[in-house]
Amino acid sequence: MLNDMLNKMPNATIAASAAITPQLLKDHGITADEYARIEAALGRVPTLTELGIYSVMWSEHCSYKSSRVHLKRLPTTSARVVQGPGENAGIIDIGEGWACAFKIESHNHPSFIEPFQGAATGVGGILRDIFTMGARPVAVMDSLRFGPVSADGVGHRKVDETTIHRNHSILDGVVRGVASYGNCFGVPNVGGEVKFEYCYSGNPLVNAFALGLVKIDEIFYAKAAGVGNPVIYVGSKTGRDGIHGATMASEEFSEGSEAKRPNVQVGDPFMEKLLLEACLEAMQTGAIVGIQDMGAAGLTCSTCEMGARGEVGIEIDLDKVPQRETGMNAYEIMLSESQERMLLVAEKGREEEVFAVFRKWGLDAVTVGVVAAAPRLKVFEHGQLVADIPNTSLTDDAPLYHRPVGTWQPPVPHDIPANIQLTASGDQTSALYRMLAASNISSKRFVWQQYDSMVQTNTAEGPGGGDAGVIRIKGTNRGLAMALDGNGRWCYLDPSLGAKHAVAEACRNVVCSGALPVAATNCLNFGNPEKPEIMGQLSAAIDGMSEACVALDTPITGGNVSLYNETLGEGIYPTPVMGIVGIIEDLNHLTHMHFTQSGRAVLLLSASTPADSATAVREFGSSDYAKEVLGTLWGTPPALDLASEVRLQRCLLQLIQSQVLDSAHDCTEGGIAVALAECGFRYGVGARVNLASNGKPLEVTLFGETASRIVLSCDQINVPRIQQVGVEYGLSVTVLGETVPDTLEISVEGTVAVAADVSGLRDRFEAALPQALAADSALVAGD
Amino acid sequence: MKFGVLVFPGSNCDHDAYWTASKVLKQPATLLWHGSHDLENCDAIIVPGGFAYGDYLRTGAIASFSPVMESVRKFAAGGGIVIGICNGFQILCESGLLPGALMRNVGLRYVCKPVHVRVENADTPFTNACKPGAVLEIPIGHMEGNYFCDDTTLADLKRGNRILFRYVNPQGEATAQANPNGSLENIAGIASEGFNVLGMMPHPERSAEAILGCSDGLRVFQSLAGAMVKA
Repeated sequence: MLNDMLNKMPNATIAASAAITPQLLKDHGITADEYARIEAALGRVPTLTELGIYSVMWSEHCSYKSSRVHLKRLPTTSARVVQGPGENAGIIDIGEGWACAFKIESHNHPSFIEPFQGAATGVGGILRDIFTMGARPVAVMDSLRFGPVSADGVGHRKVDETTIHRNHSILDGVVRGVASYGNCFGVPNVGGEVKFEYCYSGNPLVNAFALGLVKIDEIFYAKAAGVGNPVIYVGSKTGRDGIHGATMASEEFSEGSEAKRPNVQVGDPFMEKLLLEACLEAMQTGAIVGIQDMGAAGLTCSTCEMGARGEVGIEIDLDKVPQRETGMNAYEIMLSESQERMLLVAEKGREEEVFAVFRKWGLDAVTVGVVAAAPRLKVFEHGQLVADIPNTSLTDDAPLYHRPVGTWQPPVPHDIPANIQLTASGDQTSALYRMLAASNISSKRFVWQQYDSMVQTNTAEGPGGGDAGVIRIKGTNRGLAMALDGNGRWCYLDPSLGAKHAVAEACRNVVCSGALPVAATNCLNFGNPEKPEIMGQLSAAIDGMSEACVALDTPITGGNVSLYNETLGEGIYPTPVMGIVGIIEDLNHLTHMHFTQSGRAVLLLSASTPADSATAVREFGSSDYAKEVLGTLWGTPPALDLASEVRLQRCLLQLIQSQVLDSAHDCTEGGIAVALAECGFRYGVGARVNLASNGKPLEVTLFGETASRIVLSCDQINVPRIQQVGVEYGLSVTVLGETVPDTLEISVEGTVAVAADVSGLRDRFEAALPQALAADSALVAGD
Repeated sequence: MKFGVLVFPGSNCDHDAYWTASKVLKQPATLLWHGSHDLENCDAIIVPGGFAYGDYLRTGAIASFSPVMESVRKFAAGGGIVIGICNGFQILCESGLLPGALMRNVGLRYVCKPVHVRVENADTPFTNACKPGAVLEIPIGHMEGNYFCDDTTLADLKRGNRILFRYVNPQGEATAQANPNGSLENIAGIASEGFNVLGMMPHPERSAEAILGCSDGLRVFQSLAGAMVKA
């Protein structure tokens, strides 16, 4: 028995020390200071395996060494939070005996190097984080960022054909990767977002969100306990793939980064589906004490983290680890990031119950180690001790950097450039067409139609249908709404304000579907933290996010930080992405964004006090119109008053729950003109409306992105009631006009500025992305 | 009126079909493990969607050799009701219970969206709750749904009125644009010679409740329940 074998060599001597050279440390991304700390923690020179273990556990990706001091400022608790940051996923109480586990995580670096597998394993990793907690994944979403896919509307930067072609290829690979994994695994993709900016050409962002349901008294934790309990390895065999993946994800890219392709893991969604079913079934036996997935840093991370959480040690024998390749050494086995593997601790004597379940599903399940009293990670290979490290030196005592925090000043003008003339009158119909075709606004059907959005038969609102994705919870009358949001361009102009907007907009999207936002997860995508101005962006974004999450009562229960998103020294826009989860208490309150019939009142519910014209024009520089039509960027993001935003969302939820609305749609990218057009697409119902300009230029009135506004439609008889409720919340409720068949007509101060067929607008909205990709004929064959 | 839903490693619509049969249709239902020959005295077998055995080799190919499919073949030979949905349709073709094959979609991409199908023959155990020519909205979600068979088989299918569903536009016309995957003659579902085995690519369980946006798919299940009551 393994147990006996380990017991026989408690005093085994450690293997030979590594020959430490500056080059060896550099190859492991370990600084001289960090190395000194390693020697101090061990009291000796590390073995090569130990050096490898430290290099991954102390990498930015695993240790959050640059961001941890700042992350502490985020709110993480509320009455609903069952599990905050620090576990595989956050968990909240959603009522009626149910809890939901959810998290968002990045897979940016692997997705640039190998888009299909990088994105696929990003989905696979986040799904394991969910089901390792005992929750069955019931929804996924993705927040994706790519470089421009056409030469039009790339803002203030020129982009060449080669780059556009490569961006097409990255988008296609990422989407196919996400689709292949999620579709086979059998989890619906219910929404998310796809945006395009110049800065993501050499560094796409792939942030995968997953949410699962678990009975509140059946949650599992990644904690080892019970000295003498067996440590069991389950799932795929270990190969040489993904070695040093976490370290790679903690570096900037340079010429030749594509050569790191072998660092990217290869996913097998079929195996993951089996692992899901087997793990959930094994959990039902009652024989499992703790369980953690092997994601980044694989066996290393799972062993030392489970030990650290349980304040015990784990001793493993690598000879027992199922291996896909021959001749793997301890270093390779410990650092492999082979996918679809789990480590669990079972009750001693009940191993067979666990093995039987995994046998049924045709999976490997092998006892590879034992829980020990001393809180150390001990690794044996061929009877020799090859690593012996105190757990906490790898986890809690990992380096923590107070990196210099500089001030970020965006290199753009504060005011509108003199050569740009905005107008007071004229026809803006063609501008609306152009905006609907803008890459950040146009339909993403090409993307989400490749995702299974309906499996599990819970999808009440899927992608493309509303502001948030909604699933029902079987056996209850409840639903969960979820939305992802992030605006890198706004964060580039003002990281704090941009981050506040991401929280506010994601919450607003969730409220529009009839849900109360209750919790958040975040993915912080930034550049190189060793540059003070990048730390300035990160710190400011965290402050803004924190303030908004407190105001909107959506604590952050987990997430992920992705730094070093730079290629050849050029960073991405600071891109914090928020995932917000909300609860629909009664599915009868589920609300959609679409106008349903003609003759209904169209209203604008607004918490924003009208800005003076100069301010509005300054804010207009951050809009999609400025980027797309004017091809430039200036000024600041729209102002956001969080107290007003909270009132807006509470008011909207009250209106929805009192069932006086037909539809509700958040008014953001592309402003009110785009929002009104979008409301008409599903049923071909348009609107005839009149807008007040308040002295602003026409383009600003139509396409300005003033915050905290919702387009509503309702039965005319409900208008007075809605106005009354709006007044009670201190909001303005403006009757814009009414819905009409087939056409959209928008007047400003009584003069028609836009007149178009809804079907024509929709065609342009739908065709833009496929047309942009048509340059690569292989990408758009068929539907 | 007992439904048995097969469970292969990689099935992912098994619980959906089980839910529709047991909770929506309110009929007895059970899950049947691929490694067992025992069909547990079920009256109708659902071969569900998903990626049985990972769809390795070819969609449905490995599943057709499973122990449970041996029993299903015998059950069908005795006139037992079998319905294959999506991956289930692929498995039934690979098992020889239905003719033809499902090739990769013409667009070479996975497609998930609601489509319309027309009921071509309402006098079957799977469609008797529909009016002839009725247009139902039922979602698809597949990479390999492009139905193909040889001319002789197609002639047989037509002569026997065995094409039960065709992809159509909302007005009920079987146009090229309404065909989401390139299927021969817009074929979305076919029956066996004895009309006891159905294979269809659209997922009726995904449009069987109003909360999912449409409940047209429930008709297929209601037809089955009705057929079994008669039997």
